[in-house]
Amino acid sequence: MLLIVRDPIDVEAVSESVRSPGYGGVVTFVGLVRERADDGRGVDGLSYEAHAAMAVERFQRIADGLRECYGQLEVSIVHREGELRVGEVAVAVAVAAPHRREAFAACADAIDELKRDVPIWKKEHYRDGSERWRENAP
Amino acid sequence: MKIRVLAFARVREVLGAPESELALAPSARISDAWGALLARAPALAELRASTRVARNGRIVADDCALQEGDELALLPPSGGG
Repeated sequence: MLLIVRDPIDVEAVSESVRSPGYGGVVTFVGLVRERADDGRGVDGLSYEAHAAMAVERFQRIADGLRECYGQLEVSIVHREGELRVGEVAVAVAVAAPHRREAFAACADAIDELKRDVPIWKKEHYRDGSERWRENAP
Repeated sequence: MKIRVLAFARVREVLGAPESELALAPSARISDAWGALLARAPALAELRASTRVARNGRIVADDCALQEGDELALLPPSGGG
């Protein structure tokens, strides 16, 4: 399951999607909209936009990279686009692997890679009415 | 020739539209597309250095040649997650 979606993310469904009898562990990362920006400012919500086709292709490349590194595993990545309020799920990453060690490591790598270079953009809307595009550190 | 331009985030705001069309000379390259876009929205100049261009889904350099019907995506630094 590698998707950009407009509707709210069903975390349970993402986690469920990677399960199969060969895998003993699933690690799921859930990224939420926080009420404070890194500089402490109050946040009302975020808007995300994405080049969906390119983003999904990058997700596929991330999944391929994880398999090269950790061996057989199953990966799902689902990212929201559109307007999100505080507390909503912005991204869910689930990794299933034969053992927990690979599952934890691969899930951490997946979200790090997603933040590094996938064509998705985020604007923070602050409580004082201002707004700003936020870029991830390269 | 005509190409389609997709713009995102800051670049979309400066261009004023998520999608637009450019009419370019038949031998045009990415740099010519930039020239046409800068003529349309001079404020793009300050974003150009940090904005990558994907031609039909692949990141390309300024001297890459264009073809009729290409889709150019203007990609400022990303902020997913």
